[in-house]
Order: sequence, then structure tokens, then C-alpha cells
Amino acid sequence: MSIDVTTATAASLAEALADGSTSSVEVTQAYLDRIAGSDERLNAFLHVDAEGALATARDVDARRAAGEQLATLAGVPIAVKDLIVTTGQPTTAGSKMLEGWVPPYDATVVTRLREAGLPILGKTNLDEFAMGSSNEHSAYGPARNPWDTTRIPGGSSGGSAAAVAAFEAPLALGTDTGGSIRQPAAMTGIVGVKPTYGGVSRHGVIAMASSLDQVGPMARTVLDAALVHEVVAGHDPLDSTSIERPVPAVVEAARRGDVSGLRIGVVREFGGEGFQPGVRAAFDRAVELLAKAGAEVVEVSCPHFSHGIAAYYLVMPSEVSSNLARFDAMRYGLRVMPHEGASAEQVMAASRDAGFGDEVKRRIVLGTYALSSGYYDAYYGSAQKVRTLIARDFEAAFEQVDVLVSPTAPTTAWKLGEKSDDPLSMYLEDVATIPANLAGVPGLSLPVGLAEDSGLPVGVQFLAPAMADDRLYNAAAALERLVDMPRLEEIT
Amino acid sequence: MSSSAISRDDVAHLASLARIDLSDDELDRLGAELPAILEHVKVVQQVAGDDVPPMSHPIPVANVFRADVPRPGLTPQEALAGAPESEEQRFLVPQILGEE
Amino acid sequence: MSTTTTLVPFEDALTRYEPVMGLEVHVELNTATKMFCGCATTFGAEPNTQVCPVCLGLPGALPVVNEKAVESAIRIGLALNCEIADWCRFARKNYFYPDMPKNFQTSQYDEPIAYNGWTEVEVDGEVFRIEIERAHMEEDTGKSLHVGGSTGRIHGASHSLLDYNRAGIPLIEIVTKPIEVPGDKAPSVARAYVNHLRDLMLALGVSDARMDQGSLRADVNLSLRPVGTTTFGTRSETKNVNSFRSVERAVRYEVSRHAGILDAGGSVVQETRHFHESDGSTSAGREKSDAEDYRYFPEPDLAPVAPSREWVEELRATLPEPPAERRKRLQSEWGFSDLDMRDTVGAGALDLVAATIEAGTSPAAAKKWWLGELARRSNEQGVDIAELPITPQQVAQIQSLIDAGRINDKLARSVFDGVLAGEGSAEEVVAARGLEVVSDDGALSAAVDQAIADNPDVAEKIRGGKVQAAGALIGAVMKQMRGQADAARVRELILEKLS
Ligand SMILES: [Mg+2]
Ligand SMILES: [Zn+2]
Repeated sequence: MSIDVTTATAASLAEALADGSTSSVEVTQAYLDRIAGSDERLNAFLHVDAEGALATARDVDARRAAGEQLATLAGVPIAVKDLIVTTGQPTTAGSKMLEGWVPPYDATVVTRLREAGLPILGKTNLDEFAMGSSNEHSAYGPARNPWDTTRIPGGSSGGSAAAVAAFEAPLALGTDTGGSIRQPAAMTGIVGVKPTYGGVSRHGVIAMASSLDQVGPMARTVLDAALVHEVVAGHDPLDSTSIERPVPAVVEAARRGDVSGLRIGVVREFGGEGFQPGVRAAFDRAVELLAKAGAEVVEVSCPHFSHGIAAYYLVMPSEVSSNLARFDAMRYGLRVMPHEGASAEQVMAASRDAGFGDEVKRRIVLGTYALSSGYYDAYYGSAQKVRTLIARDFEAAFEQVDVLVSPTAPTTAWKLGEKSDDPLSMYLEDVATIPANLAGVPGLSLPVGLAEDSGLPVGVQFLAPAMADDRLYNAAAALERLVDMPRLEEIT
Repeated sequence: MSSSAISRDDVAHLASLARIDLSDDELDRLGAELPAILEHVKVVQQVAGDDVPPMSHPIPVANVFRADVPRPGLTPQEALAGAPESEEQRFLVPQILGEE
Repeated sequence: MSTTTTLVPFEDALTRYEPVMGLEVHVELNTATKMFCGCATTFGAEPNTQVCPVCLGLPGALPVVNEKAVESAIRIGLALNCEIADWCRFARKNYFYPDMPKNFQTSQYDEPIAYNGWTEVEVDGEVFRIEIERAHMEEDTGKSLHVGGSTGRIHGASHSLLDYNRAGIPLIEIVTKPIEVPGDKAPSVARAYVNHLRDLMLALGVSDARMDQGSLRADVNLSLRPVGTTTFGTRSETKNVNSFRSVERAVRYEVSRHAGILDAGGSVVQETRHFHESDGSTSAGREKSDAEDYRYFPEPDLAPVAPSREWVEELRATLPEPPAERRKRLQSEWGFSDLDMRDTVGAGALDLVAATIEAGTSPAAAKKWWLGELARRSNEQGVDIAELPITPQQVAQIQSLIDAGRINDKLARSVFDGVLAGEGSAEEVVAARGLEVVSDDGALSAAVDQAIADNPDVAEKIRGGKVQAAGALIGAVMKQMRGQADAARVRELILEKLS
């Protein structure tokens, strides 16, 4: 066998598994060893399920040996964000509220991973209930950026990003409500995709903001991401917001990677003020490469995108305040008795105070305010109208171009603790990723190199119309071949 | 009404609506943070005119239904496995006040 | 909460005040599965055996709408002459309560599926039109059992035990516009309306509509205003009144209570109240204050409901005959007087009588058994007449035995006893209890001879032409044969022998 298991792409692992040059047990064990060696420093995993992963690996190997026709990724291990419920191992959402909770059911995406034979290595770290852009809001300590462990890996899917970037897993699932897949992907130099809203089932994904949440793949290459996308996407009758249409041909698009004649729009609103020069420069180089490869690059204005953060920070907390009401210490989760003989109401209030972290409480209170009578129209109602305007901006833009591009995030990874005291400055990090969630369109972040000023990875975001996820994979695959993204040699 | 004046008392009221027993420190902190956040987000009130419809769902589908056919659910053991306390195959919760 | 309110007698209150009522009725649908998940809805199942991640509100679970429930909602709306929304949404009603797994109820808010309807109820021959504000879809809560208190009540309980089998069962909430009828009629109109809704739900086949099992629950909102004024007073909301009679009593009680407060110069508090079956009183529950802020917003996890006009028309074609029209038709078919009809409806026996007639019994006989023998038994046992363990078909069988001369009315009562006691069909009861009348001349002839011998003076009168005296001898024969003689044949034999 000639491949280095932990640095190989998932696609090449799949080939090696298919031609018998390696086994799933060997691959899975190699990743488990890698996790054992580096995760103490990274804290990317909240739970490692060595036994479960190896059991799946053995099963896949046996079935393959018996000549059974298996799914492409059968035997290739994956890590799952701990916001996604799994039987047989705990799901905490990064919160003390759910410490030790073992769900009695699998999320649809997990069922699909199991059916396709992907060993699940474990559950990855995240900002509590996916609320944050740095992973510092995890109740179990932050995951760290393998490029510089004094820095954040981004969030909220920071654990998945760090694990994939540090070769602890070839693949991972994340969730993205305002950029939570794309931003950490950018911060750690990997590929992350937020599919079209409704493209992947949310059943079993602990809801943060129902109208914004979406599960998506995180991987080291565009093709690897597409392979996972194909496994988890598609209609699910258990999710009423799931789209009943064929999954876009993402794998084919990722293999194609041809931008000649493709019309690419650079979002004028993103890249100026507030964007780190090193990020801007890396982005500009990427756009030049696309043009050289034959894309028709134009600048496009989306005037309402600048109000995305304001709308997002009303819609999201409103839905959060309602979605997180179920964590009340009655049926599952942490129960705190504030005193002898406390009432249910008092136990709820004490448990929610003890079980939720600051950021979660901040958003719940903000959302409670935005929905309360007398303020609904001014806040929630107005914010939902801004969504319509942002969706119209997308529609208008996609009449002119096939895909939009922007930097994924305004900065490269910052130091742990740097923005902890200023929630608002943290919120501004999501400026470029949020419009896609508000409008439901898909987005992909591709690593395009290291910023000259910080030496840290920079991501370029592609955006496409709803259900045209394949366009993202096609454009990103083309750019992926052209950029010089260095490989992480060592966790520092 | 559209001002983002939000007092510490307002925060306390919101916390009680949201059933979170916030400490005095937390009330102080949120009492300071929320106005700043609201100041930033209230711009949404100036963006869209009356003719713009609000978007509650990002994809325009309707009539997503399920046939009225029973599906197996959880066993009582599975249902109660995560319960802080249970008794007689039921979830045990502290005394419920406020209703009779 | 002041408990010293003086109650003003109802009639006295009406001299100064006019009641305005609003009725909110929750109908539990009889769908096979819950509103948003595939859990079964069997009444009385073992606790927490009909639950899943969705109806337990587990993290990550998502709702999916039951199409049959939407269909039932539309049919109810149409039967109440409502407009059916061509586009509407579910909304979340946010409040914390342990019996509500998500701590929000998935309901409808400003976009109900059905709105602007009306229906008519009849009280003492007078027809009242009730305007319907809306009928919307929502889900039921779980059930709590309060432990440690003296009476299983919430007050004084040390803890509660929760069963979520009922959580998520589809409900249709039907809300009237303010009902303004002459005060003396208000209690009976309220009762008649709820009764009417029950009939309607049964006719539609959408609900068991049993108040005793909670599948039909009424909230009675009531306010008073001084006679001659037009603005509404402050209302109270009496929750979960669970029998037709209680609806009537709750209205009367609240009129008396409000009048007492207003007479004393006080003001009525807008609050939720609880009805007490034992003495017909109400007591204060939660005070409705501005703390009651449900923070409604459109449910993002559910797609809007946009029934096509074709679907609505298809459903309209499935509507049963409206109850009032049906009653009129049946009355003329059966030849019932107004009073007969009112008694039948009042006893809750209309459908039972109709089914009995359908099974071949004459209208008069069907009425006789249901309003006589069976109504008496249901009263004695304190159960609804429809709950008696006897079917219209069984009643029809008993009557056919009478018509065939195999039993008489008196024996029929024993047959009813047997059937109600679960001893089997009418035939089986007759056989097992040996109730068949004797028309065999041999046995009868001997008994007649004996009776003549025992009553020579009576026999003499008959011989003398006083045929009416035969009754005394028939009675004697019946006594000898413990009622099981064919009275007509006995009479013939007596007259033969003594002529
Ligand atoms: Mg309701
Ligand atoms: Zn269920």
C-alpha cells in the first residue's frame, strides 16, 4: 500500500478501499491513533467512539470481502458535529445542559452515514448550541486551530474544522446557521459547504434557528466534500422543510471543475472596510486566477447584504429563544434544584441559568425581546422583510452571473480570548456568510492560501442560487487546482 | 417604541419570560450589552417598506403532509432513559404551581 | 384573591345586566396518529407508550403535519359555514409548562385555516344564530398526575408525574364571536351550542366528541354589561368545563358572580377560572396580565398550508346533512310531534332512535324504548344514554321478538336486563332466561281451567256476557305462568271455554 492514510483524500481512500490496498479497519485505526496523538492539544473531539467506529469498519470490510456492492465512501471514517444526534454515543451540543445525554434516535444524516458505511469516529466540539464564531463558547473548552493552537479554529463547527485540518478525520459534518461551516473552514484551511436550505435533512440536528440551519460537509478537498454531500443530501419525509427534488450533481461538478465561460460576480459590498489586507489580497489573487482560467468576472452589487447582520441578529435569536425553550430540566438534561421543595417553575429557571452559557443566555433574552408583544413588528417582522430584500438581491445578481464570490470571513483566525468581551465585534465576523443563510442559498468556502500579513489560511466563498449547489463545486474545484494552498505540516 | 432603550428591569422581565434565573451580575451585564446590540440591529426598521413581504421560510413550498398512518415511536424505557427522575413509567417533575 | 364575592341570584342579575358570552371549544380529532408525528392516539393507553422524539420535544426532532387532521379541520370549517383560508401558517405560542414538551404549542395565530362562519342552535323551539370567529389547528398537551397532595389536585402536591401520550394529539379550537342573546336564554344557548358541536363532530366523523374523556372541552368566556349599554365588560375565562350541564351552570354562576362584583362597585378581573363540578362554582386560576406574552411567530419548521379550491370542494361534497335539516327531515319521516322530537334530542337519543328505526323498528316503538326504559336506566346509572352497553340493533331485535308475539312488553324488560348485563343477543337472553311466552294450547288450557276453577264468580259473570271481566282471569293465568303466557291466546281460550 502506497498511500499515507491520514493525509490522503477521502476520494483516494475510497479508491484504495475499493481495490483492496487498504482496509477500513486500518484507515479507521490510523485516524483513531492520530486523534489519540493530537486531540489533547486541539480539543476537537468531545467524544471519540473508537469501538463503534471500528465495529462499522469491520462490518464494511467483511461486506466488501463478501463481494457486496458498497457506497463510494463505505469504510471512510467521518467525524460528526456534536449538535447532531446519535444513538450509542452522547450528544451534548457543547452545553452543560445536555452533558451525558444519549439520544434515543439518530439524525437522518447519521442514518445515511451509517447506511453508506462510514465509521463515525466521534462527536466534535462546537460553540454551545452552535452559537459563536470561535468555538470559545463551548462548555467543554475551545477547540484550537491546528495552524496555531493559540488561535481559534472558528465556529461554531470549529471542532469539525480542526479535526479535518489536523488530519484527525478525513471528513466531517458541520452545521451552518450564519457561517458556522464556511467560516471555520476558512480559518483552518479546509473546504466547507452550506448546502441549499432544505437540501439536507435537519431531522435530528439540534435546532438553533430553524429557518437558517443547514448541515453540510467539511473536507480537505472539493471532491471529498461533494462525496459527503451526496451521501447526506436528499429529501427526508421527517423534515417538512426538506426539498423534494433530486440532489444536484455535486460529485460530477467537483470532478469537472471548469470555469471557462462561467460568469462570476464579485460582491462589491464585501472586501472593503473591515476586511484584513492579507485576506483581501489573497481573495484578489484568487479572482485573478479564475479570470485567467476563462471565467467572466464582473462586480455585482447586493445593496441589502450590509443589513444582513442586523436582520440575522434578530431572526436567529428569536428562533433560538423558542427552540431552546424545551431545555427545561423536565424530560432530559441537567436538573438543578435551587432549594428544597422548589417548584417546577423554579427548577426550570435555575437549571436554565446553570445549564446555559453566557452567549446562549444573551441570545435567548435578545430573541425573547424581539418577539415580545409591542416589539414584534419593529424587530422580528422588520428583520424578516430584510430577508426578502436580501433574497431579491441574490435573484437580481444571479440574473447577471452564475456564481458570486467574496472572502469567506473578514479576517484570519484570531487569538483565543481576543474578542470574548465584545459580542458585537464577534458578530461582525459573519458579515459575508450570513446572507446565504437568510436567503436559503448554498455557499462554499475554499482555502486559497495563507494571508501574507498573518500567515494563516484564507477562504474564498462561492455562492449560487438555491438548488444549484453543483455550481459551487464546479467553480471551487476549478480554483482549487489553480491555487497554491500549502499543506499543514505540523500542529503548532 | 422603536428606541433601543432597554432597562435592567426589562432584562429581568425578559429573563423571567424565558425562565432563566439570571444572577444580579448577569442582569447588569445584559442590561449593558443588549442596548448596544439593539442599537446596531434596529437599522432593520429603516430598510424595508410596507410593500415588502416578510420571509418566514427560505424555500417557497406549501402543503407538506404526512399520511395518517401510525409509525413506531419510542418504548417507555427509551423515552424515560434521559429523564432526570421518573416514577410509574412517567416523568417525575417538581410540584407545578400556579394552576388549579 | 378575594373570595367574599356576593353572588347575585341569576334572575335578579338579569334585571340590571346583559351577559355577553364567548365559547372556545377544543375538539380532539380521532385521527389514527398525532398532529405532527406518527404516534398512535389510542385513549387510555399505558403511560408514555405513544410517544416519540417529536411529541416528547427531544432535541433535533421536527414536526410533519398530518394530512387527515388538515382535512378534518377543513371539513369542520365548512360545516360551520366558514371561509377556508387559501394560504395559512402554523405559529408557535411560547410559554413554559411541564405538560408541554417543547414549551411552545404549535398552533395557529392570525392565519387560522377556517374563519368567519356561523351555525344555528335551537332552544325551546327558538333558533339562535351563533357567529363563528375561527376554527384553527393545534396540538394537545400531555397529562399530569399530581402526587403527594390529598386529592390528586395540584394544590399541595409534592411532585407531578407526566404522561405524554396525549401530547401532540390534533385539536381543532373553535371560537365564537361574542354571543349576545337574551340573558335568560344564555345558559341554555351555551349548552345547546356545545351539544350542537358534539352532534356536528359525530356527524362529520372527525372526533369521538366525548366531554367525559376530554375529547370535547369547552371554555366559557363571559362578561356583563349594564342593560342598555353596548360596550363589553371585562371577561372571565372558565376553562375545561366538561359536561353540557356544566356549561349551563358555569354561565349561570359567572353571571351571578360578575353581578355581585359590579353591584358592589368592584371591577371584574380578567382571569382564567376553574369550574367545580361539585357545587357548580368557579374559582380563580391564573391572572391574565401582561406577563402573558406568548411571543407568537410563524412556525419555521412547518411549511404553510395552502388548500387548493378543488380539495376544499371535494371535502365540501363529503359533508353530512346539517343537523338541523336532518332533524326536520327525520321528524316528518317519523311523524313525531315537536314535543316528541325535542324530548328525543334532549335525551341525546336522536342518533340511537334513528339507527333503531333503520334496523326495522317502528318510530313509536323506537322512541318508547329509548326515551322510556333506556333513558330511565341511564339516569339511574348517571351515564350518557349513548354509553349504555346496548346497540340500536339489539333494541330492534327485542322489538321484533315482541312483534312476532314471542315476548311481550313485560318480558321485554327482562330481555333488556339480560342484554345490558352482557348475556348475549336478545335471542340468547330469551333462551337462557326462559322468557318466551307460552302459546302452546295444552299448557295454557290447563292454566285457564285452573283459573276458572279458582274464580268461579268471575267465570259466572263472563258466562253472563260480561266479557270485560275476562281481564281478571287473564291476570290469574299470567300470575300462574309468571308472565310468560301469550295474553291474546289466553283471552281467546277463556272466551271459548265460557261461551
Ligand atoms: Mg388554543
Ligand atoms: Zn410522537
